[in-house]
Amino acid sequence: MSKDIRIKKGLDIKLVGVAEKTTTQSSLSSVYAIKPEDFHGIIPKLIAREGASVKAGETIFYSKDDERILFPSPVSGKVVEVIRGARRKILAVKIAADGKQEYQDFGKKDVSKMSAEQVKNHLFSSGCWPFIKQRPFDIIANPNQTPKAIFISAYASAPLAADFDYTLAGKENELQTAITAISKLTSGKIHVSVGVNSNTPFTKILGIELHKVSGPHPSGNVGTQISKINPINKGEVVWVLTPQDMIIIGELFLTGNFNATRIVALTGSKFSKPHYVSAIIGASIADITKNNLINDNTRIISGNVLTGTQVTQNDFIGYYDNQITAIPEGNDYEFFGWNKPVFDKVSTSRAFTFSWLNPNKKYDLTTNTNGEHRAFVVTGSYEQVFPLDIYPMQLLKAFMYKDLDEMEALGGYEVAPEDFALTEFICVSKQPHQKIIREGLDLMRQELG
Amino acid sequence: MSLKQNLHNLKEKYKGTKMAPAFNAIHTFLYMPNDVTHGGTHIKAADDLKRTMNMVILALIPCLLFGMFNAGYQHYAAIDSSLRDNVLTNFFTFDNFWIGIIKVLPLVIVSYGVGLGVEFIFAIIKGHEVEEGYLVTGMLVPLIVPIDTPLWMLSIAVIFGVIIGKEVFGGTGMNILNPALTIRAFLFFAYPTWMSGDKVWVYDAVNRAGTADAISGETILGSYAQNQEVIYSNWDKFMGFIPGSVGETSTFLILIGAAFLIFTKIGSWRIIVSTFMGAAVMGLIFNQIVAADIITSSSKFYGLMHTAWYEHLMIGGLAFGAVFMATDPVTASQTNKGKWIYGFLIGFMSIMIRVFNPAYPEGVFLAILLMNVFAPTIDHYVVQGNVKKRLNRTKLKTA
Repeated sequence: MSKDIRIKKGLDIKLVGVAEKTTTQSSLSSVYAIKPEDFHGIIPKLIAREGASVKAGETIFYSKDDERILFPSPVSGKVVEVIRGARRKILAVKIAADGKQEYQDFGKKDVSKMSAEQVKNHLFSSGCWPFIKQRPFDIIANPNQTPKAIFISAYASAPLAADFDYTLAGKENELQTAITAISKLTSGKIHVSVGVNSNTPFTKILGIELHKVSGPHPSGNVGTQISKINPINKGEVVWVLTPQDMIIIGELFLTGNFNATRIVALTGSKFSKPHYVSAIIGASIADITKNNLINDNTRIISGNVLTGTQVTQNDFIGYYDNQITAIPEGNDYEFFGWNKPVFDKVSTSRAFTFSWLNPNKKYDLTTNTNGEHRAFVVTGSYEQVFPLDIYPMQLLKAFMYKDLDEMEALGGYEVAPEDFALTEFICVSKQPHQKIIREGLDLMRQELG
Repeated sequence: MSLKQNLHNLKEKYKGTKMAPAFNAIHTFLYMPNDVTHGGTHIKAADDLKRTMNMVILALIPCLLFGMFNAGYQHYAAIDSSLRDNVLTNFFTFDNFWIGIIKVLPLVIVSYGVGLGVEFIFAIIKGHEVEEGYLVTGMLVPLIVPIDTPLWMLSIAVIFGVIIGKEVFGGTGMNILNPALTIRAFLFFAYPTWMSGDKVWVYDAVNRAGTADAISGETILGSYAQNQEVIYSNWDKFMGFIPGSVGETSTFLILIGAAFLIFTKIGSWRIIVSTFMGAAVMGLIFNQIVAADIITSSSKFYGLMHTAWYEHLMIGGLAFGAVFMATDPVTASQTNKGKWIYGFLIGFMSIMIRVFNPAYPEGVFLAILLMNVFAPTIDHYVVQGNVKKRLNRTKLKTA
């Protein structure tokens, strides 16, 4: 029996610049990049040195902690540059595409006949393992553990997020193959969540438990869904995948190719025509946004406005991202901005902020912080946008003073940074919630992991 | 060059210097800063701490203005009690307001001047930004002291309250006790003769004491505590045409402030409602004790126990404390469940202390300070409930 999820606490931030449902093919970029920073907690060991020729799917680097976890090149071409930062840390590996897109052949597989071990090894060797992430700690899954369940959110509730109904349409075959494959990796269920009114390909997929989700953001966050369906207890692990990555996994089993193409939503008010483009992982921002971006005092974000990463046109789209957002920077002063009535910004209070009058209005928000960093003062506001059964402020404070017992007892295993994006958005004291959670999770993993 | 550009250049020039926090405090008062997000969410909601605090100040303005009129009204009415026969025409007069200007305004100015001075000094010494906490405290303090409080006394109390009540703990957001009530408590214990009795509540009553022009400055609570009848109707008590601390008398305007705070989602309705509930329950208990003839009219507690429970809600500082003091988010319970318990106990204890305190017939500020101390304990048990639930879930799994 499927269990529907209804969320009441939360906030839909409606922004200008929803992607129109048309997809254009972005031309093959000349240079692609893989950034180890996209894979949190991974220390890369480089295989493909500068000058090496690679095919799409061939390993660029692997994880120092587990040599089976490989990170592949999304395109065929030549490694042209390894960018290093302080202490020779690898920041990015740039690959010049040869324009032919030759794939390394991993062989067609009949997933129904494969054993769990075979599926695992195939995901390792093809470089698809990094698509599987785990909770707790929100990192790439540890292959030595067996998850109690696998969760996939096919409902995106984040601001301006790519519509999965649109980007997944026609991919039933790939999704079914991927589901069949990963279902061998868990003894538990595979939970897929879709929007309550969605027209999703997952209704036709077998071997899953389908959940219909309704309510404001963060109802689409997989962390919210896990907490409502089967919350994580101490010592348990769940795995998490995104639908767009499942397509790549499915195609790998069907064709033997690592085809890292995905549909990316260009969103936000600084795109002259917000719409979808088809692009390969690691493509350059400049190529994807060509002839579309209005780049004057613009914040470009790989991902959405709540959890994405700030990039420039010279950077590359994040490994897991299926969205690029461009919004105006807010680097200007506002006369008496702290006490005059506000009509053009979003707020959950009614402190002369009037977004409550017009819940369906779309806002053109800037990156201004709307105030300065302060100690925690206001109480009770986070709870209104935080649907997990956790005391958000108490958890944040425990994460700040690093009391491991409290971090564990208050629900540290159940959270990911993205679960605290909305509380960070509404925070009157402008505290960096996601950073606090990320650092706390790293500490927990190190000390208790 | 525009003011905006000039200020920006000055900010850049003084960046990193000792004086930067002081300059920034004034700069950010005029202009919301040009800071942009880095890491984390790329957009932020419109509210900041300044806006939040500003809402509380706005909610207090009606009480302040009323208090200024009331300062004069109580003074003249004490001299000529016939003024009370026609309150509405005799209340909102310029003569009354003038007394407010010469007596109440200096309290406000001293409170802000001294308090913000201390804040600025601490910000410069410790190198952090000037935080907004005192904006509200500075407005609360003049409203909860007797009108005749000498200004030097207020200054010392403010310095004590800001340093011991707040800065030693690390500033706004870190304090355990409500700073405004710490200031009030300091005044009460250091200068009890100026904070209680039948003189201090009406302007000039202290000076005239013992002369032929002597006037009474007795509060309703004082009268009840001495088992005397009071001359004020319930209408007067509700509207606030009574002697008392500067801004605490008008239950009507306090409730308007409460409605504003609840509507803007700044004040916690849970605390406000539960404080009134707790006070009503305690009042009812005392009323029942009197009704059951357990104590007689000769008892020294009779007057206040006999006072109807709803009257307890209108007189003294209960309403003001419930709406503006107990709701201070830093010192109150921080969990929603805890807020119910916290507020209820404040109301309950306020009336209990009010009735039984032999020296001073009011208990609101003591009750709130007491519950400030217990708020973390309440929260601890509420949060433990959540922790236990999580542990049980694990046990069920492993069992």
